[in-house]
Formats: sequence, C-alpha cells, structure tokens
Amino acid sequence: MKKLWKGNEAIAEAAVAAGCRYFFGYPITPQNEIPEYLSWRLPEVGGAFIQAESEVSAINMLYGAAGAGARAMTSSSSPGISLKQEGISYIAAAELPCVIVNMMRSGPGLGGIQPAQGDYFQATKGGGHGDYHPIVFAPSSIQEFVDLTYGAFDVADKYRTPVMIIGDGMLGQMMEPAEIPPMRDLKTLPDKNDWAACGHSDGRPRIINSLRIEPDELEAFNEHLFKKYEEITKNETRYEDYLTSDAEIVFVAYGSVARICKAAIVELRAQGIKAGLIRPITLYPYPTEIIAKLAKCDKVKKFVTVEMSMGQMVEDVRLAVNGLKPVEFYGRSGGNVMMPGDLVKYVKEGK
Amino acid sequence: MKIVADKPKMLTETPLHYCPGCTHGIVHRLVAEALEELGKVDGAIGVVPVGCSVFGYKYFRCDVFEAAHGRAPAVASAIRRVVNPDNLIFTYQGDGDLASIGMAETVHACTRGENITIIFINNGIYGMTGGQMAPTTMPGEKATTCIYGRDPKVNGNPIHMCEMLATLTGPAYIERVSCYDVPHVNKAKAAIKKAFQVQMEKKGLSFIEVVANCPTNYHQTPLESMQFVKEKGCSFYPLGVFKDITKEDK
Ligand SMILES: Cc1ncc(C[n+]2csc(CCOP(=O)(O)OP(=O)(O)O)c2C)c(N)n1
Ligand code: SF4
Repeated sequence: MKKLWKGNEAIAEAAVAAGCRYFFGYPITPQNEIPEYLSWRLPEVGGAFIQAESEVSAINMLYGAAGAGARAMTSSSSPGISLKQEGISYIAAAELPCVIVNMMRSGPGLGGIQPAQGDYFQATKGGGHGDYHPIVFAPSSIQEFVDLTYGAFDVADKYRTPVMIIGDGMLGQMMEPAEIPPMRDLKTLPDKNDWAACGHSDGRPRIINSLRIEPDELEAFNEHLFKKYEEITKNETRYEDYLTSDAEIVFVAYGSVARICKAAIVELRAQGIKAGLIRPITLYPYPTEIIAKLAKCDKVKKFVTVEMSMGQMVEDVRLAVNGLKPVEFYGRSGGNVMMPGDLVKYVKEGK
Repeated sequence: MKIVADKPKMLTETPLHYCPGCTHGIVHRLVAEALEELGKVDGAIGVVPVGCSVFGYKYFRCDVFEAAHGRAPAVASAIRRVVNPDNLIFTYQGDGDLASIGMAETVHACTRGENITIIFINNGIYGMTGGQMAPTTMPGEKATTCIYGRDPKVNGNPIHMCEMLATLTGPAYIERVSCYDVPHVNKAKAAIKKAFQVQMEKKGLSFIEVVANCPTNYHQTPLESMQFVKEKGCSFYPLGVFKDITKEDK
C-alpha cells in the first residue's frame, strides 16, 4: 500500500525492509531524519542504532558491522561524507558490502544546507585514496529511493562492495506517496559465513583486512577489484531514457534535476522543439554506452548536461560523446535550484 | 536620558540570531565584557565552532576563525604557534562540537597545555541540527535520537568534561559555571575573566564549561529551560573549580 513518505524516512524504512539491522551516524542537516527514524525503529526489529561521536567513527563502525556479516548502513551529508572517505577506501579494499547514503548539500567547505550535486566527483571517482569505486545510485523520486535502497543491499552483497546512494536536500525533505516492499526474511539473506569475521571456531580464522604490503599481491588485488568493476559495469548500469528516440537536443541529468529537465522537455516539445533526456540511475557505473550511441545519431544536434554544481558529471558526458557532438553545461550552485523555464530559455536563447 | 547598560563594544551591531532566552547570547556578552575589562580586545583571536554559534565571526569584533566541526582546539593550537604570545586566543564550542566529534582535539590541546582558553557551552543537546542526543545529554533526557529519554544501557553514558580534563597535567584552570540567574551570570563572568587572566600570565590552558539551555529543542519556554538548568543540569553537572594551578602555586 502506498503511503506518504518523507524521502529520508522512506530510505530508513526501506533499509529495514531490506534486512538492514545496524545503523551508525552523526547528526548533520539535511539527512537527520534517517538516524532519528532508525534510532527507534531498529531496536523494534531487534537491531541496533549507535549515534557515533563523529563521522570518522560512524564509518569505522560500519566497517565492523559489515565485516562481521551484518547488513548495515550509515548516512550523512557532504562535509560528513568527506570525513568518511578514508573509511570508505578501507571498506572497498576489505571488500565489505554495505550502504552509505549522502544527502548532498551545497559546498565547498561548510557551505550551505540547501540542495546541491557537488559531490559527484567524490562519489564516482573513489573519493578516498587509492584505486576503487563504490557503486553509486542516484534516485530521483521517493519511490525510487525506496526501491534502490532496498536493492542496494543485495547488490552490495553480490559484489562485496560498498554502495552509495546519493540524493540532495530536496529529495531528502520532500514527501511523496511510496510503497515499501515487504520485509525480507533474514533467513533468506546471503550466507557470509565463508568470509565474515563473526567469531568462528572451525580452525579457519576469517580476516578482514586492507593491508597488502607486497607490491605484487596488492597489484593482483587491484586487478581483481577492477575485474569486479567490469562485471558491475556490465550487469548493473542503469538509466532512464525519456523521449530521446526523435530528440535533437538530449539533456543529461540525474536526481531531482532530471525531474526539472522532464518538465522543461514537455514545455519545449509543446513549442515544437524536440528534446529528450538520459537520466543516469547509476552514476558509477556510468551509462556511457547509451550516450555514445546517441552521439552517433544524426538527429541529435547537441547534449546539454544540467547539474546543481559548477559542472562535474559533464566531464563523463564529454568522455562518452567523445567529440562527436557539442556538449553544453547548464548549472546552478550554492543551493540554488534551476526552474524548468530557465532550461527552456537556455535552449531557445542559449543563456 | 542616561544610558546605564549598553552592548559591549566588542560585540558588533549585527543582531544575534539565537533563539529567545538562549544562553549563547549571554555568554557572548560575558566573553566580550571580560575581554574589554582586561583590555585584551585588541589582538584577540576567536575560533568559533560548527553549531548554533557558527556565526560567531559576525558577532565578536576581533579576528575570528570559523573552524571545521570539532577542530577548533587544533586550529587554536596552531594559531598559538604563529602569533604574538600576548594575543589572547579563545575557542567557543558547543557540546557536540567539543565533546563528541572534537573530543580528540579537545583532550590533546588540553594535555599539551596550550596557552589558550576554551569556552564550552554545554546545553546537553545538538541545537543547530534540531535536537539530537549530545554526549552530555543526561540520563532520562529526551532527544530526537533517543525519543524515550537517554538510557545509558542503550545510548551510553554522558560525559563530565571538567572532571575528566582535570585528570590531565596540561590544563591550568578548569571551572564549571552556569547562567540561570543573575548571581550565576556574575560568577560565570568572573570565571571567564579569570580564565583569560590565566592565559595572559602564560600559565597554560583554561577551560570554562557553562551549563546552558536550549529552550527550542527542550520544547520549553526560556524560563522553564532556565529552571531545568538550575534543577537538573546543575545537579548532574555540579558547578565549581576543578583545577586551579594558580592556587597550587602558592
Ligand atoms: C563534519 C560535520 N558533521 C556534522 C555537521 C552538522 N552539524 C552542524 S552543527 C552540529 C552540532 C551542534 O551541536 P553542538 O555542538 O552541541 O552546538 P549547539 O548547536 O547546541 O550550540 C552538527 C553535528 C557538520 N557541520 N560537519
Ligand atoms: S537552537 Fe538551542 S542552542 Fe541553538 S540558538 Fe536556539 S536555543 Fe540556542
């Protein structure tokens, strides 16, 4: 049954339904409803919530819980996610499945608390040190928040890799009808006995570790990681194609901005301008192929990347288009949000 | 008409954004008055936190750093190395900032015995982010991440910062005060002044904890919240001097 859910609370309940029983977090706007909700909800289902003393601590708690085999999650917003980066690198290197939510606010620095998408580079290119990528989901509605959060734990388990869900203050705070999928039976969750260090006595100690001091060993591990990322790219890349079949102008946008683009496209089409949208749902792996394919279409005149940043994802669009067509950028930052009319005007007047 | 009370000159004309009845405003004034009376406004350097007092740089008429969440004592320690030893340096921090995310920075600045002054506003709650549990939230006290009241078995125990820091060699002066009525406001001011004097005499770190209120997140009127501070806050966090090497010297 559909109920009216606030974005942050919907993520929290979807995580519970997915079998997540542990959450570690530190207060920061605009994601506070996630820890607040889970602080009372997890004990109800036999789980536990810890308000950590810092984001550094919270991400290391996640390392512990995930390493012990539990479904676990943390959430924060931009400055706090920066503090978690060291831990995320360790989690990726120790191949621990877990979910990290970033409800982005405007930066850099302490910045502001209004919505933004300035953490795209940080999320998709690794963010912490070393060669790794988390899988990055970018939902654009509350129902999609629910569905991707619910599925994120399975994807994380399947590849033993951290999954990041990124939204923005707008999505976190707004309310929409959404349906939470049924509660997972914990007995049906993947068996992690083979590797999880939960206190074995079978003479085969399980080690959770990211230290590989021998160069050859580490290089082999990095190759293993990147084989895994190839698999992930092949199997998990997701996007939405909105009216691109006859489009001359292709918008590329994710999250809440994609919804603004859709409204602009409806208006542009009413005025006889054929516009469409590619909405990446996974930001890593990136839907490079579909963009490259559209770039080769004669009909397509240009791409317009729209972001609430100074231009980050536009670099991946350019890589995909590979010089075949012009790639333009329209952005707002600082917590400002563009209106559909701004995009209509931009397409018609070039500004 | 004769003006008998005015805003200290050390505070700017910018109206304070604090909620009505919040202790932050009172302590800003006390810090300003103490610095003025000691003639130390010139050259003073403040380091303000992330918390409700994040806009402190708009209010204090001196050089001010806005530090990352919890890191003010580290920032101040470095400033101490750079500037003239006579420049007075103070940090101004909430309980989430100082006793949670910034605990390591706090403890280490204290144990190094940095010649700085830390003003610690303990309102037992995360004010700015909307009322989550703080490291100083008292057992039974409600917050948005412990909606049935803090249960030490579930949420852990609160921290008594003054008592803990007093076990270190570094700090020179540690006192806990409150501002729930006029006599206590006056005592708080005397303590802040003494803390600055200790720094001026290069005796080492001085630490003043103010048992404060947050009417907004306690869901109380200003008056009720002051009563709460008086009855509950100050019995759980007893007022007094926890360390004073100027006395030990004698
Ligand atoms: C790294 C990081 N984590 C979290 C936050 C969000 N945040 C802003 S203020 C604050 C704490 C406020 O509480 P406190 O220090 O007790 O001060 P008060 O507002 O009560 O004066 C937090 C957690 C942040 N800005 N940066
Ligand atoms: S939220 Fe609380 S601490 Fe912050 S200004 Fe208001 S009353 Fe003061």
